[in-house]
Amino acid sequence: MRFLDTFFDGAVMARYLPDLISAIWVTLYLAVVIVAAGLALGLALACLRTLGSKWLNVPIIIFADLGRAIPPLVVILIFYFGLPGLGITLSGQLVIVLVLGAVLAAFAEEIFWAGLTSLSAGQWEAGRATGLTFGQTLFSIALPQAVRLAIPPLVNRALAITKMTALGSVIGVKEILAVSSSAQSFSGSATPLTMAALAYLAIFIPVVIASRLIERRFSWSI
Amino acid sequence: MVKPPVLEIAGLEKRFGDTVVLKNINLKVREGELVFVIGPSGSGKSTMLRCCNRLEEPTSGAILVEDAKITDIARRDLDKMRMKVGMVFQGFHLYPHMSVLRNVMLAQIKALKRPKDEAETRARDMLERVGLSEKADAMPSDLSGGQQQRVAIARALALDPKVMLFDEPTSALDPELVGSVLKVMKDLRREGMTMLVVSHEMAFAREAADRVIFMDGGLVVEHGSPEQIFGDPQTDRLKAFLSRVSQGAE
Repeated sequence: MRFLDTFFDGAVMARYLPDLISAIWVTLYLAVVIVAAGLALGLALACLRTLGSKWLNVPIIIFADLGRAIPPLVVILIFYFGLPGLGITLSGQLVIVLVLGAVLAAFAEEIFWAGLTSLSAGQWEAGRATGLTFGQTLFSIALPQAVRLAIPPLVNRALAITKMTALGSVIGVKEILAVSSSAQSFSGSATPLTMAALAYLAIFIPVVIASRLIERRFSWSI
Repeated sequence: MVKPPVLEIAGLEKRFGDTVVLKNINLKVREGELVFVIGPSGSGKSTMLRCCNRLEEPTSGAILVEDAKITDIARRDLDKMRMKVGMVFQGFHLYPHMSVLRNVMLAQIKALKRPKDEAETRARDMLERVGLSEKADAMPSDLSGGQQQRVAIARALALDPKVMLFDEPTSALDPELVGSVLKVMKDLRREGMTMLVVSHEMAFAREAADRVIFMDGGLVVEHGSPEQIFGDPQTDRLKAFLSRVSQGAE
């Protein structure tokens, strides 16, 4: 009984459910924007890297290495509490999207790039030898194969980073963890945290299942 | 009357850093001719072939395809030229994520700008020509090596090339699959396709080649009819190469 009262208190649940539902929307919205922006930027950077220009590659590699090396929370705090010192004030949501989007882009660039470099040179040569331009070879031949190789690690990384939207709780973003943890303080019950855990599961289990379907859709036998 | 050369290589030189890979190569391939290039590995045969569509950039010298000097073409204008020079690789290099039919259609649509239905008709014709019309919807991984190489030949032919380059087309194949690829090449020759072939298939060279070129150390060492090259080799290098090949060492 004590277990149920602590983690599954019906009255507390009913009271905080509306707040939590709006927090779910915030988390979902942040996750979608971060994944879309991060993957698009990572893909664009990996494509730029195939051009083989030192002037492009050095900044891309520095960006990817920094993005993967720095804990996102540090950058989030710097952006949110540091930038106002320069007269730049960003909303908590914007900081979360910028930082986590950039971190995902850093990982995604490396994952796409690994996929592109794993293709045999013969694939490029076959495309170019039949008169395709560099761009046509990249988009019709190299990228589809690289993306297929990239999907499993990308899904893992995208999941890991979208779960980091919970870091928004430290800069006042009203996402799932922030709302449930303040509800926990007010109510003195752990139930809102249980609700948060269930909400994360409700969001991410379907994503994991969808990712399996995508992997199957993009696979072909070698 | 002597037919005009479709492919002409004049004074071709290729260096990788300080290493000279090709020295003063001169060669004409006339319309409808099958010219065979033999020589030990590392002799520069493949590099010469790859210079002909500038997958490898020549260091100096000229390459002409139907009087168009392809060595003068700006890099960004290479794509049109490459459609005129069909290339078949040792490793086939079919696109694994596309059906056989799409493999043969892709460059027609993207590079030649052929309408899709026309490209499909052409692709099916070419697949029939290499004896694989029933495999149009298969994926490359469902095919044997010999079948994959025939699809690669169809992919190049679909672009109406003026000359076909074959870079050791049967070297990666199991012995029992070699014949099917050579048969397609013989058919092409009968139909009048101009071909430059790097290969170790000596029996095929004797039977089908108009001329044979022996390369060693980046040079054309001997040049003649198959009877001359195989029956009456003049240089010690060619004699040594032929005896190594007949013992199965190459």
